[in-house]
Amino acid sequence: MKGLKFILAGIFFGIVMAKSEAISWYRIQEMFRFQSFHMYGIIGTAVGLGLIAVYLIKKFGIRDTEGNPIVFRDKDKSWKKYLFGGSIFGLGWALTGACPGPMFVNVGYGYLAMLVVILGALLGTYLYGLFQKKLPH
Amino acid sequence: MLEFISQPWPWYISGIAIAFIMILLLLYGKTFGLSSNLKTVCTILGAGKNVEFFNFDWRTQKWNLYFLLGSVIGGFIASTWLQNNEPLQLSAATIRDIQSLGVSFDGGLNPAQLFGIEALGSLKGILLLVIGGILIGFGTRYAGGCTSGHAISGLSNLQIPSLIAVIGFFAGGLLMTHFLFPLIF
Repeated sequence: MKGLKFILAGIFFGIVMAKSEAISWYRIQEMFRFQSFHMYGIIGTAVGLGLIAVYLIKKFGIRDTEGNPIVFRDKDKSWKKYLFGGSIFGLGWALTGACPGPMFVNVGYGYLAMLVVILGALLGTYLYGLFQKKLPH
Repeated sequence: MLEFISQPWPWYISGIAIAFIMILLLLYGKTFGLSSNLKTVCTILGAGKNVEFFNFDWRTQKWNLYFLLGSVIGGFIASTWLQNNEPLQLSAATIRDIQSLGVSFDGGLNPAQLFGIEALGSLKGILLLVIGGILIGFGTRYAGGCTSGHAISGLSNLQIPSLIAVIGFFAGGLLMTHFLFPLIF
């Protein structure tokens, strides 16, 4: 089955996020109050290694497992949508302690009220699609 | 071995593992980013009929839904077989701060008061969850990504737009934590 490798990668992601407490509302509060290095360490290490990996992939023209070149698409040049959208997401991130990945990991972990957050997130996504053309980008 | 991995994992192990997952997905020809799944689910539910934004072939995103399904299973495995039953080692300053807001520290990953089934017993509890979710869904799609897509994938590729988005994440998070929480709780 073609999807299996993605399911396995997802399982690993879920375990990592749960065991390193990155799905914890408490840890996100600690981060936004600058009272622990933990979350900064996680994101910083991931970005530091990611920078090296992306550099090497580009430098050596590494191909994916199907033999296609790995391409990195540049994000649209703008600032409004990133700043406004990012800030709105930040409000929700601090309120629920969850991002779009961890909210699902939390459901698996047993925090079933996160299902309500997921429903809200689907509604929010739909509302964005509905009003997209009226928003400054 | 099981006992060893059941302890909380240090930040550097987590950071290395997340970078590994990002690289693995690149080698599979995909990009690490979870918020786009929310758009995909909207499309599957039929949102593309009325709103152009959702009118795309969601099958191209099937791999990411598999990843998402895996992450739910991963959460289940972590809580079912990899528990050590020790309380979370939260900083004393955070415990004090949230307690002054009326949120008690119960030693779990999340306060049961806000995320347990009992939270669904009050209108305020439900509203906080729904509104939080709406902000996440709306904001991530507006910004075109979340922590994984912008902070990890985007910054790793030196994208200035992703840096702006991450600054936004923190602006919103700090505003909520320091100014809105005292009004909400």
